[in-house]
Amino acid sequence: MSTLTTPSPRAVDLRARRLPGYAPIGIAAAALALAAAAVYGGGIGGPVLVVVLGAVLYLAGLYAASNAVEGRRAARNRTWSALIHSAFVLAVLPLASVVWTLVSKGAERLDGNFFGTSMNNIGARDPNGGAYHAIVGTLEQVGIATLITVPLGILCAIYVVEYGRGRFAFAIRFFVDVMTGIPSIVSGLFVLAFWVLIVSPVFNDGRPGFSGFAAALALSVLMLPTIVRSTEEMLRLVPAPLREGAYALGVPKWKTILRVVLPTALPGIVTGVMLAIARAAGETAPVLLVAGGGAAINLNPFENNQSSLALFVYQQAGDASRYAPARAWTAALTLVALVLILTVAAKLLARRNQLSR
Amino acid sequence: MGDTPPRSADAGTGASRVITDHARPAGASARPAEDVPTSRTPGGGALGGGGGLPRRRAFGAERAFRGLTLAAGTAVLVVIVAIAVFLVAKAVPALRANTVSFWTFEGWFPNDPEPRFGIGALAFGTVLSAVLALLVAVPVALGIALYLSHYAPRRLGNALGFLIDLLAAVPSVVFGLWGRDYFSGPVADLSAWLNRYFGWLPLFGGDGPYGASMLLGALVLAIMVLPIITSLSREVFRQTPTANEEAALALGATRWEMIRTAVLPYGRPGVIAAVMLGLGRALGETIALALTLGITFNISFNIIDNGGNTIAANIANAFGEANDTGRGALIASGLMLFAITLIVNITARAIIHRRREFTESAA
Repeated sequence: MSTLTTPSPRAVDLRARRLPGYAPIGIAAAALALAAAAVYGGGIGGPVLVVVLGAVLYLAGLYAASNAVEGRRAARNRTWSALIHSAFVLAVLPLASVVWTLVSKGAERLDGNFFGTSMNNIGARDPNGGAYHAIVGTLEQVGIATLITVPLGILCAIYVVEYGRGRFAFAIRFFVDVMTGIPSIVSGLFVLAFWVLIVSPVFNDGRPGFSGFAAALALSVLMLPTIVRSTEEMLRLVPAPLREGAYALGVPKWKTILRVVLPTALPGIVTGVMLAIARAAGETAPVLLVAGGGAAINLNPFENNQSSLALFVYQQAGDASRYAPARAWTAALTLVALVLILTVAAKLLARRNQLSR
Repeated sequence: MGDTPPRSADAGTGASRVITDHARPAGASARPAEDVPTSRTPGGGALGGGGGLPRRRAFGAERAFRGLTLAAGTAVLVVIVAIAVFLVAKAVPALRANTVSFWTFEGWFPNDPEPRFGIGALAFGTVLSAVLALLVAVPVALGIALYLSHYAPRRLGNALGFLIDLLAAVPSVVFGLWGRDYFSGPVADLSAWLNRYFGWLPLFGGDGPYGASMLLGALVLAIMVLPIITSLSREVFRQTPTANEEAALALGATRWEMIRTAVLPYGRPGVIAAVMLGLGRALGETIALALTLGITFNISFNIIDNGGNTIAANIANAFGEANDTGRGALIASGLMLFAITLIVNITARAIIHRRREFTESAA
């Protein structure tokens, strides 16, 4: 601690066991200076390369200095510690950039017109136009998907936790796990093949019909495993004495589940449902395949094309109009706000849930 | 570190909560006395009195409820099977109509009078982009996970972990938009630089234009799977038994040695599973890649020239102008994707499952 050093490890005659606190800073400065000299001297790059090369030199220098002073084990410890910290910085940069771009570009069209109008009759030269139809579509599709999935998912979880025994229950659990990993585009293709191309022509004069309901079906396929998994975990956390108490009072099993187990696990189940909704609201691919997208407001989810916020972002991103990017970014901001509000609310709810881990 | 006390504290509150919650069901359980007969009447006729144990329930509510849950459970299996069946049913006619080899042809012209399409280049692009993304994302994600679980102050670690979970929820279309509108610039510069100094490597050969390349797609993908791998591995690292960590430290291990000897071996199966799940997500990612890749149909290891394509991105891009055969062809490619992700996911789940048994038997 009390040893005298200069920043450069070469010039140091150290006998102490630890590097002084300012040594890493000195090594960093030296590494950056060396990197700058090399990069600009050789003319091989810009400031980014200086930082990258500087980081590499810093790690090497730190290892060398620490190795010389403190020994190999401490040197490794320091180097890995520095690497782990730099991994963190490396990851924060792009994520911060995403957030910054989103907010700065998304604020451009954040006005009443955007939320009050659709893209109907908006040509390439019209600066306005909005996402009202897309917001309606997202809400309806996600709403219907939730109505389908929540009862199904909770009942499935009840079966797995309360009734299921042996191979069959194991198979269900396993395939719910596997289903979690189904790509969203595959679920879109499934509903395309099953609903749009085979079932919908039956009541659509023989023509395949895109609809918001088809998108809701595709979203349900994606939401189902998430809801089953989270409900399952919550049901398992309900203490056994609670169930046993109900049984001892003569309450039948089904009523115990409905009146005792489910209410106890409810906050956790709601959290899982909200996370599933948030994930479904952000899906683009299935909506693209089976709802078709549309420029006009379509309040009826069972007939004709419908858009959604995520699909709106994708379509505007591919639009040639010079006003399209601004619309895409504002819609993206709206979508992220919607998804994040749901997620944060779900996580806060989970934190208040007394059953949670 | 110190994970156990809050957990046991939670368990305590859970237990006390049990009592308070119990009041309601207990009150409710008084009701069956008047409830049960009415619910039993349709099945078992008038029992009257109702003092005895409820015996007759061959068609009672219990059966019905159990049947309902069983049906819901079966629905999951039905959906999985239905996905495979319907995809195959729609894919087969298109594959029959294909006039070239589905496996080797590099191109996608299913809408022609003589349909020609092949999965080779797409499958190659899918695997290449996912592998590149994981090569970038996994070391960084593990670094962050270790930072959050073992280096950062506890409060900061929790707050940042929460933030990472939020990032996992950001829709992929947003990352795609960011990659195309903003990130392609820096990546084009990087590509030009790589080409200038490392052009002798086949990876960085070619002569531009740069930007909408495999590199951009893979980097965007890496940023997207980063939060998933991070939050899963962080969870695993935090579950390392404190006793193991303290034993390592007490024997004089440095922090890194403690991590290497106690945390990493314990977390390895969990980390492998997290990586596999990230791989599954990367393989199936659609919109972000549809927005960032320059769509071409050739098998090339050059990752910086404009180009690259994946199965999922091709579906999103080609769906608009697909006719009947075109849709069938896209469904056939989707079936391939389904098969690939299914294999990856089943492997991941098998690993997780083995680990679960291992930890349970160890505990």
